Amino acid sequence: MNDAAVRKLALGHLWVAFGAFILACFMGEYQVLERSGLIDALESSSVYFASVSTHGVLMAFVLTTFFIMGFGYYIATTSLKQPLWNQPLAWGGFWVAVAGVVLAAIPLLTGNASVLYTFYPPIQAHVVFYIGATLLIVGSWVWCLIMIVMFSRWKQANPGQPVPLAMFATTANALLWLWTSAGVALEVLFQLIPLALGWIDSIDPGLARTLFAWTLHPIVYFWLIPAYTAFYVFVPKQAGGFLFSDEVARAAFIILVVFGLPIGFHHLYMDPEQAAGWKLLHGFGTFVVSLPTFVTGFTVIASLEIAGRLRGGKGLFGWIGSLPWTNSMVLAVILSLLMLIFGGFGGLVNASYAMNAMVHNTAWVPGHFHLIFAGTTVIMYFAVAYYLWPILLKKPLFSREMALVQLWTWFIGMTILTTPWHILGLLGQPRRISSVVYNNLLTLSWDPYELAMIVGGLVLLGSACLFIYNLAKTQLSPVQDGFVQEIEYAEPLHAVTSLPEYLNDFKLWNKVIAVLMFISFGVPILQFFFIDTFGSSAWGY
Amino acid sequence: METGPIKQKLEQQWQDLSLQLRAIPINPLERKWATIALLIAALFIGIIMIDALVHGINAPSNVETIDSARLHLSEEFAEDNLGVQTDGSGLITVRMVAGRYSFFPKHIDVPAETPVTFRWVSLDVLHGVHIPMTNMSTMIVPGYVAQVTTTFPKPGDYPVLCNEYCGLGHNHMWSNISVIAKEDWAAPVKSAIAGGPENE
Repeated sequence: MNDAAVRKLALGHLWVAFGAFILACFMGEYQVLERSGLIDALESSSVYFASVSTHGVLMAFVLTTFFIMGFGYYIATTSLKQPLWNQPLAWGGFWVAVAGVVLAAIPLLTGNASVLYTFYPPIQAHVVFYIGATLLIVGSWVWCLIMIVMFSRWKQANPGQPVPLAMFATTANALLWLWTSAGVALEVLFQLIPLALGWIDSIDPGLARTLFAWTLHPIVYFWLIPAYTAFYVFVPKQAGGFLFSDEVARAAFIILVVFGLPIGFHHLYMDPEQAAGWKLLHGFGTFVVSLPTFVTGFTVIASLEIAGRLRGGKGLFGWIGSLPWTNSMVLAVILSLLMLIFGGFGGLVNASYAMNAMVHNTAWVPGHFHLIFAGTTVIMYFAVAYYLWPILLKKPLFSREMALVQLWTWFIGMTILTTPWHILGLLGQPRRISSVVYNNLLTLSWDPYELAMIVGGLVLLGSACLFIYNLAKTQLSPVQDGFVQEIEYAEPLHAVTSLPEYLNDFKLWNKVIAVLMFISFGVPILQFFFIDTFGSSAWGY
Repeated sequence: METGPIKQKLEQQWQDLSLQLRAIPINPLERKWATIALLIAALFIGIIMIDALVHGINAPSNVETIDSARLHLSEEFAEDNLGVQTDGSGLITVRMVAGRYSFFPKHIDVPAETPVTFRWVSLDVLHGVHIPMTNMSTMIVPGYVAQVTTTFPKPGDYPVLCNEYCGLGHNHMWSNISVIAKEDWAAPVKSAIAGGPENE
């Protein structure tokens, strides 16, 4: 009964997420085509920038937020074995967020909000766009509240017991998102909406960029944590083994949340409104937050090795061959880790304070984040969907082979798309241009890479269509009597019986975050109120 | 002293935390790997710190404000003062204005193998500027002066590209810079700039 209701809630969220995803995939392929200049009839900077803005909002805000909410609700009820707390409120949050998406979509699709998903004041979008984006965030806050309440209630009912790892990670993400979204919320509520409504005449773009940087880094961990959650709580079991270490997994999530927050200035390395010392401080933290990823890579690979050896794999590398490569979750994690290695390398280049000058805002950057977000992260969203669909619908997946083909083609397409994208960046091509009109010989060297990107985009689009087709066919297939599949969480190698409170709760970590955020952002934000700044009036585009 | 009990309490808490930390079973392999990862991060941070603090390689960070709506009335960025200037001691400063959709002046000459200080301002929205294959890169935020000092090693004609979305004509926002062999470059005469046609 309640289970059915939660399954419906989760499915509703996931379908909104994947609906946004497929729409944005078509836009992505159009964009690489338009950008290449191959087809004259497509050339239109106004359509291009409306499309880029919509693609960014759909992928970065809608796909992620709805996926995370739907996944989180199902994790909370199944890992805690508790009914959902306040189901009407959960649906309320869902509809607020959907209303926000619809509101934002109207100006986006009509070309009245071509400000890209990073907003870029003093260029101004229609006020409805900002209001829509705010509602989406407010809807997601409802989810955060429900996760935190369920976490606390379970702890009260089970004093001294370790919170199941899946819920620990999900609650960590809810807290992370509350802290993360505060920055952009301040920017939208106190700067963008008042300016768009004409309540104020000018805003300080320096302050706006600082507030956005607050959000801009940890938001990627908000997107990434569900993928890491799947790494830890599903993958070992699906591979036929055990989780290498439960405690270290918790520590990794805590470090991600605590140090993911106070480091946003690596997005402002090239900005004149913040001083070098603050940038170095945030750069320092950026390298600290690479630690949980190093540790996650180790734990996941160690868990896979246990599984491979249990399945009879021998020798130094023999266990790799004996992994169940035809299990979609296992295949996805292998491909995800491969992309993480290369994407992580690019990320270290970006994070390197001085080296960043060579690649800042070049095509290298979208190449990097497509590899690490659309690659590493979204491929795990696919794997989770393939895993949950039969459980949520109580029907077998339409085609497991198609799922494997889809995961492989996503990986291949992403490789073909992002490798040339990185190279274009090194050849100096700026990101965010709709066509190449510079009358300069340098641009000749860009052509072959742009053509390769079209091919990569096509492979990805085909792969995305397979994904949606498989899910839809499963949904529409007739009910099979007697088909039962339950969600299975991985067991750790050594069962966790008791945990110190700081690995089982966030009270201490919230205080640590508050202190770190004050250190990292206190003076950099307050400075704008103490130096003589000059506001900018609003501009169209 | 008042601080006594607080200090004691903190020490107690620290001891508790250390005890708790030691109570967690961490596999020796995992411990080794964590140490390696820490060393990798420390190595990168070390290199960056040496570059920043010893070699003075820093991102543009001068936190200097200016009224973007009144650039033409400012002394420094009035039209006559834009472009390349040398001061008495031979230091080269380039003052540039970014506005939709170009950088002004549209073409400048600078010497190779010589430090050049660029000062960029925007007259309207957010822009960015990058000279490909070089580290002359900065955001140009309205309301702020972005200052970058760099040395171009190789002579040649380079494009100067806007690399931040600034509106529907963003693709068209670019200009040129010629890097001239050090011995062939002559400092522009100030009076020639004033009212001259070079600024287009």
